[in-house]
Amino acid sequence: MTAPLLDVRGLTVRFHSRRSSATAVDDVSFSLAAGEVLCIIGESGSGKSVTMRALMRLLPERRAEISGRIGLDGNDVLSLGDRALNALRGDTVSMVFQEPMTALDPVFTIGDQIAETVRRHRGASRAEAEARALELLKLVRIPSPERRLRAYPHELSGGLRQRAMIALALSCQPKLLLADEPTTALDATVQIQVLVLLKRLQAEIGMGIVFVTHDLGVAAQIADKVAVMYAGRIVEYGPARDVLLDPRHPYTIGMLSSTVRGQPRDRDIEAIPGSPPDLAALPPGCAFAPRCRFAVDACRAALPPVEEVGPGRSARCARLAAARPAAAAAAPA
Amino acid sequence: MPADATITTAQAGAPAGPARRGYWSSVAERLRHDPVTVFFLCVILLAAVAALLAPVLAPHDPYETSMLKRLKPVGFEEHPLGTDELGRDMLSRLLYGGRVSIMMGVLPVLLAVAIGGTLGVLAGFLGGLVNTAIMRVMDVFYAFPSVLLAVAISGTLGGGIASGLVALTLVFIPSLCRVAETATSQIRSVDFVEAARASGAPTHSIIRAHVIGNVLPPIFIYASSLVSVSILLSAGLSFLGLGVSPPVADWGAMLSSLRQAVYVQPLVCALPGIAIFVMSLSFNLVSDGLRHAMDVKA
Amino acid sequence: MTLFDQTTTPAATAPALHEVPKRDPRDRGGARQPLLIVRDLHKHFPIKGGLLNTTVATVKAVDGVSFAVGKGETLGVVGESGCGKSTLARLLMHLIPPDRGELIFDGDPVGQRQGLSLRDLRRNMQMVFQDSSSSLNPRMPIEDSVAYGPRVHGAPRHTARATARDLLDKVGLPAEMFAHRYPHELSGGQKQRVNIARALALEPRMLILDEAVSALDKSVEAQVLNLLRHLRTRLSLTYLFISHDLHVVQYISDRVLVMYLGEVVEIGPVDRIYSAARHPYTQALLASQLSTDPAERLTEAPIAGDPPNPIDPPSGCRFHTRCPFAEAVCTAQAPRLSAAEGPEAHGVACHMHDPGSGHSRHGDPPVTPLNAAPAPMPAKRAQGAAR
Repeated sequence: MTAPLLDVRGLTVRFHSRRSSATAVDDVSFSLAAGEVLCIIGESGSGKSVTMRALMRLLPERRAEISGRIGLDGNDVLSLGDRALNALRGDTVSMVFQEPMTALDPVFTIGDQIAETVRRHRGASRAEAEARALELLKLVRIPSPERRLRAYPHELSGGLRQRAMIALALSCQPKLLLADEPTTALDATVQIQVLVLLKRLQAEIGMGIVFVTHDLGVAAQIADKVAVMYAGRIVEYGPARDVLLDPRHPYTIGMLSSTVRGQPRDRDIEAIPGSPPDLAALPPGCAFAPRCRFAVDACRAALPPVEEVGPGRSARCARLAAARPAAAAAAPA
Repeated sequence: MPADATITTAQAGAPAGPARRGYWSSVAERLRHDPVTVFFLCVILLAAVAALLAPVLAPHDPYETSMLKRLKPVGFEEHPLGTDELGRDMLSRLLYGGRVSIMMGVLPVLLAVAIGGTLGVLAGFLGGLVNTAIMRVMDVFYAFPSVLLAVAISGTLGGGIASGLVALTLVFIPSLCRVAETATSQIRSVDFVEAARASGAPTHSIIRAHVIGNVLPPIFIYASSLVSVSILLSAGLSFLGLGVSPPVADWGAMLSSLRQAVYVQPLVCALPGIAIFVMSLSFNLVSDGLRHAMDVKA
Repeated sequence: MTLFDQTTTPAATAPALHEVPKRDPRDRGGARQPLLIVRDLHKHFPIKGGLLNTTVATVKAVDGVSFAVGKGETLGVVGESGCGKSTLARLLMHLIPPDRGELIFDGDPVGQRQGLSLRDLRRNMQMVFQDSSSSLNPRMPIEDSVAYGPRVHGAPRHTARATARDLLDKVGLPAEMFAHRYPHELSGGQKQRVNIARALALEPRMLILDEAVSALDKSVEAQVLNLLRHLRTRLSLTYLFISHDLHVVQYISDRVLVMYLGEVVEIGPVDRIYSAARHPYTQALLASQLSTDPAERLTEAPIAGDPPNPIDPPSGCRFHTRCPFAEAVCTAQAPRLSAAEGPEAHGVACHMHDPGSGHSRHGDPPVTPLNAAPAPMPAKRAQGAAR
C-alpha cells in the first residue's frame, strides 16, 4: 500500500485566551488517499473548520496550540519552516472558502489574480500565465471566459464567483484541495452546479479533497469517506455510503433523523434535544452524553474508545449495541 | 404531551450560566481585570477630589503674593512645590487651578454629549431631510480646525470661563454628533429595531428602549477621549489670554505666565504642564480601557 | 386571480386545514374568509447613482404578487436569493411601504379609512426574523424584550412581564431559569425561541416566519420546527413560512408559493407542488434538492446559470434565460398566472400551460422534465414524502 496523500494522527488544537482555554479539536486522526474526497460533517462549534485550517497551519500561532502529526505528501506540516510552508500552500494544497467575496481581492480582475498566482508559483511568463488563466476559467465552465478574465469579483454573480475561486485554487494543480463550506452561501440550483463541477474536476485531475460541511445532503453528493465531528472529536468515520445509510453513533443517527427529508407532516421530527456544548467547559466523558438518549453513567465517566464497527469504519461510542435499532429506523430508505 | 416535550428539549441543553448579570456589572467585572485602567481612573478621581477640597488642602492663599519669595525652587521653606513669578504658592495654585482645568475638561464634553448626541441620534434615526439638515450644518463646523474655531468663538465672546465653555462645547458638538449619527443609523437597520417597529411601537419609545442603550457606549467612549483634548484646548485658550482672567488660577494660564521664567526655575515652570499632561494621559488611557470593557460579545 | 373568494368557494373545498380553528373571538369574516389576502403588491427600489443622484436603475423586488392565506393554514414561500421573498415579508408587515397593492386582513382592508389601522395590523400579524442574534437587543434581558410589545400597547408593567414569562415557558425556556438572561448568554436555538415568544406577545393571529430556522444547526432546526407546529395548534395561528429549504417547506406547509425575481411562478397545495410541479423553475428547484443517500447522487445539474440580477430582469417570462423550453413567445410576453381560485387550486405562470400562448409545447407539458441525468425526480421524492 502506498503512503496516503494526507495522514493526520492525533491532531489536537487548543485555543488560549487570557481567561480560559478551549480544546477545539481533540485527538483527530484520518487519512486520505490521492483522488479521494473526505467530508468532515459537523454543526457549528464542532471543530470542523478549525481542523481544516490546522491542516494548512492557518490558525493564529500565538493563540492556537497545535499538536499531533500532519503528514502531507511526504512533508511533516507541523515542523515545516515558513518558506517551505508557503511553497506547500498554493502548490500542493490550496483552499476554497465559503464566501469568495472575502477571499478574492476586490481591486484586481479575476484574470490578474489567477495569472499572478501562476507566475508566483510556476515562474511562468505573463503571456503563459494569462493563457493558463483562460484555460482555468474554461475548466470551471465559466461562460464567455475571455470576458470574465477582465471582470472584477463584484461584477460576478455568487455562483460564478465561487467558480472563479475554484479556478484560482486549481491554478497550480494542487494534489489536495481544502474546501470550507464552499456551497453553503449559494442557492440550491447553483449549489448543485458547483458540487457537480467539483466532483468532475476532482475525477479529471485526480486530486484529493477535504470538504467541510454541515449539510448531510452535500456530503452524500460528493464524499467518498465521511468523518462526523462533535465537540472537537470525530465520533464516526467511514465510507460515505455506510455512514449515511447505516449510521452507528447516536449523534449521526440523530443528525439524520432530525434532517428534514419528507417526514410525515402530522408528526414531530425526531430532534436531538438540547444544544451543542460550550468547548471551554466540556463534560468529562463523551461530550454528546448530555443530549444522548442512550447515555448511561459509563458514558459520562470516561471518554469511550474508538471502536472498529466495520471494514474501514469506526465510531467513538460505548453504547453502539443499544443504538443499533434506532440506527435502522433513522437511515433513509 | 407535546408542550412538555418542547420544554424538556430546551432545558436539556441550557448552559448552567449565571442567572442574572447586567451589562454594566459585566463591564465592571472586566474593568476589575484591567489594572492599568483602574490605576488611571484612581488618578483622575484623586485629582478631582483634591481640586474639590482645594480650600481645605491648600497650604496658602493662592492669591497671596510676596515680592521676596519669587520663583523659589521646589521644597523651599513652607512651599513644597516652590513659588511662581509673583511669589504665590505653586501647590495651592495648582490645586485651585485644577478646579477650573478639570471642569473645563469635563463640562464642555458633557454639554456637547447632551446636545451633539441628541442631534446625532435624531439625525441617524429619522434619516432623510432631518439628517441632511443636521449633518450639513455640522459639516460647516467641521470645515474649521478645532483650535482656530475655539479661539475665534472665545475671542468673539470676549474671553472668560463662560465664553471658553461655550466655545469648547461648540467645538465638540460636530464630532460627537457624527459619532452618534453613525452609531444610530447602524442600529436603526438591525433586526431588533425592525421587530420593535413591527410591534407597533412609536418612534420615541423605540429610541428610548432600544437605541439609546446601544449608542451610548460608543458615544461615551469617544467623549472620554475628548476630555483630554478639552483640557488641552482650555489650557491653550488660557495661555492666549482668552480663558480665566488673572489672578484666578488655571493650569493653562499658569503655564503662560511662567513661561518667561523657564530658564530661572525650569521645574517649577513645568509643573502646570505636567499636571495637564498627567490629566489628559489619564483620561486617554481610561478611555481606551473603557473601550475594551464595553465591547460586548454578541 | 389566485384569490379564493368566499362566495365562490364551495363548502367542500373550504381551506384544507389540518387543525380547523376553533371559533376565535377575534374572528370577523368567518372560517371561509381568508385571513390575509394580498392583491397585486408592488415594490420597486430605485438605485441612485451618478453625479446628480438620479435613478439609474430599478430593482423590481416584488412585482405584482397576489395570493391568499386561509385561517389556520401555513403558506410556504420558496425561492432563491433575490426573488423578493424577504421584501414580501417586510411589505406585509408594512416595515417598508408598498408602491402599490392591497392587503386585506380578515375581510378588512389595511391602512384605509374604513379598514384596519397599521397598529391593529401589527397586533394581529407578527414576524420572526432570520438572524436570531441581531433580532434581540443585546442590552435587554430577554424577558424585557418579550414584554416590550405589550408595554407599547399599553399593558401595565407587571401584566406585560407575566405575559412574557408565560410565553417563555410556552416556547420551552422556563422563565425562572431564563427570564433575566441576556441574549449573549443563549445559544442560537434558544435565541430563536425568544424571538418566537416576542412575536407571540401581542397574541397575533398570524406569524410571518422569514427564514426563521435557516440559520440554525440541523438538530436545533428540528426542535424549532416541532415547536412551531405545536404553537400553531395550541394558539390557532396562521403562518406565512418563508424559506429557501424545500424540505422544510414541504414539512411545515399546507400550500406553497414559488417566487422567481419578484413574481409568483407557481402556487398550489403542497402535495401537488411536490409531486406534480408544473413550472420548469419549480421542477428545477425540486430536482436540485440533495438526498442524504449517496446512491442518489446527481451527475448533472438540473439547470444552468445563476438567478439573474433583479435589477432590470429579463423581458417576458423572467425565467426564460435559464429555461430549457424557452421559445420566442417566452422572451416576448410575460405569462399570466393561471386562474387559481380556491385553496385546492394549482396556479402556474408558464406559456406551456396556457392554451392561447402559441408555445409549441403547449398541451404537451413535460411531466418529467430536465431529466437528462439519472437523477431523483420530483415525483420520486414525493413518494418518499408520502411514506
